[in-house]
Amino acid sequence: MKLDSLYQEIILDHYRNPHHKGLREPFDAEVHHVNPTCGDEVTLRVKVADSAGEHDQPVIEDVSYDSMGCSISQASVSVMTDLVVGRSLDEATRAYDEFLALMQSKGQLEPDEDVLEDAVAFAGVSQYPARIKCALLGWMAWKDATVRALAADDGSAPDGPTADQPSAHRPTADDIEETA
Amino acid sequence: MTLSRELSAARTLSVSPLDIERVRKDFPILERHVHGDKPLVYLDNAATSQKPRQVLDALDAYYTAHNANVHRGIHVLAEEATALYEGARDKVATFINAADRAEVIFTKNSTEALNLAANVIAWAGQPRGIGPGDNVVITEMEHHSNIVPWQLVTQRTAATLSWFGLTDDGRLDLDDIDSVITERTKVVSFVLVSNILGTVNPHEAIIRRAREVGALVVVDASQAAPHMPLDVQALGADLVAFTGHKMCGPTGIGVLWGRQELLEELPPFMGGGEMIEMVTMQSSTYAGLPHKFEAGTPPIAQAVGLGAAVDYLSELGMGNIAAHEHVITTYALEQLQQVEGLRIIGPKTATDRGAAVSFALADIHPHDVGQVLDELGIAVRVGHHCARPVCQRFGVPATTRASFYLYSSPAEVDALVGGLEHVKRFFGVAS
Repeated sequence: MKLDSLYQEIILDHYRNPHHKGLREPFDAEVHHVNPTCGDEVTLRVKVADSAGEHDQPVIEDVSYDSMGCSISQASVSVMTDLVVGRSLDEATRAYDEFLALMQSKGQLEPDEDVLEDAVAFAGVSQYPARIKCALLGWMAWKDATVRALAADDGSAPDGPTADQPSAHRPTADDIEETA
Repeated sequence: MTLSRELSAARTLSVSPLDIERVRKDFPILERHVHGDKPLVYLDNAATSQKPRQVLDALDAYYTAHNANVHRGIHVLAEEATALYEGARDKVATFINAADRAEVIFTKNSTEALNLAANVIAWAGQPRGIGPGDNVVITEMEHHSNIVPWQLVTQRTAATLSWFGLTDDGRLDLDDIDSVITERTKVVSFVLVSNILGTVNPHEAIIRRAREVGALVVVDASQAAPHMPLDVQALGADLVAFTGHKMCGPTGIGVLWGRQELLEELPPFMGGGEMIEMVTMQSSTYAGLPHKFEAGTPPIAQAVGLGAAVDYLSELGMGNIAAHEHVITTYALEQLQQVEGLRIIGPKTATDRGAAVSFALADIHPHDVGQVLDELGIAVRVGHHCARPVCQRFGVPATTRASFYLYSSPAEVDALVGGLEHVKRFFGVAS
């Protein structure tokens, strides 16, 4: 059944038992992203530790979130946290890029399991255009929050945490779909 | 309005007055199979209706034999196209019992009709126009297209926007009607039938109060015109909006009906060809009704298609259609409420209720419900249905919505109920 390629057991597991869920202190940036067509929402915080580790570059120290939405969006944010928390900015960004490419692949890309780990289970989602935004919601929120956290670190952030602002001015899953 | 009377008549019926098997044969798409061998069960009629052969044929005939621009040109095709376009206006005027055909303005859809209404009222100047300190009243169950235009005009004019809240069973809370609609209120705009809750609103009470304070009344009839008799004179509003594609017509055509003397008083909306009388480089004078509000080449084929749709609906009889939908909705509400873990969002009985039924199923997200139903060939809508405040009011991020129409059958209700049990099994929810 085609549906099983969408709802892989790994996805349902993360949906039922999400990792890293809940909003935690401390954090450097907080964002609120929505999927306007379906009502999926995520509030996500990122804590970045600078210049730690052997690579001498920022490390994603923590990602915490509160969210509601469909199994795809909820599982995706859970899987995403596994792939970025405790990783260097480079590693996390690589996972982000790989996941984005997978979502835009229309089922034509063989995902790299070394990079994406559990997120390979989302390969089937790329064949359901209406669900791609769901899978990208958490990732877009993470990228937005991380950019803000790094800017705040530089002291160059024009605005701080933006929990209650509409997400229209920031990159969202919508923008990605339009440019895909 | 005849609406209440027609619905009362419908309530006494327990069998549909329509021959559904015959009606379904008029809609070629209903014979489709999806995902291989699954017969299509189309329950997304509040989003858009399917189109009967009669409408498809009218569109085809128009483009095949009569296509030209309207109201200009003296050749045969131009005259035929104009006659067809204006003929569609006559049909719509009769369909809604307008006092005059000039009161029927063709728009792109309900959204454009409501934006037109909001803007020309705001621009009208005293005493009609909206200015600082004035007030506009809407309701919490509006579609975004009857919220955002009023937010825009009240923000631009420093007016205030207020609204009626909802009761727990999905009806308007009119307890404080006299303090919501006040002497400051210039416009009251409300939906006749909710697209998400299915509620049929008590228009008499709202219009009576609006009249007491001299406010204009705008009605969003997008979910009413396709489903029940609509008599704009009996309704008693000033402006009424609806759209063609939800009533068997094509996309790209909507209607704004307005009382003639009001439309004459209000300023134009968009400027361009068609809506003018005389243009100089300094200024222009405007065409009479309805052309004053129809700038540019209109949606000609779409209007012709809407005319054919109105003929089709009239032949079946809007009272019969309302009665059929009442039977189906009654059955659907009964059957759905026997599904364990299902919660109806909106009125739980078919009294004063349209054929859109929103619900939550256990804690399974509507997106997941809709996805699994789709795999079974069952098309429903999931999300906030362009009525996010309603979802917030009922504490849900989104709903699953099944919405019925003149061709919906009890077997399709049964398929939905069976599908929902399958959804629960798929996501491991015990029955």
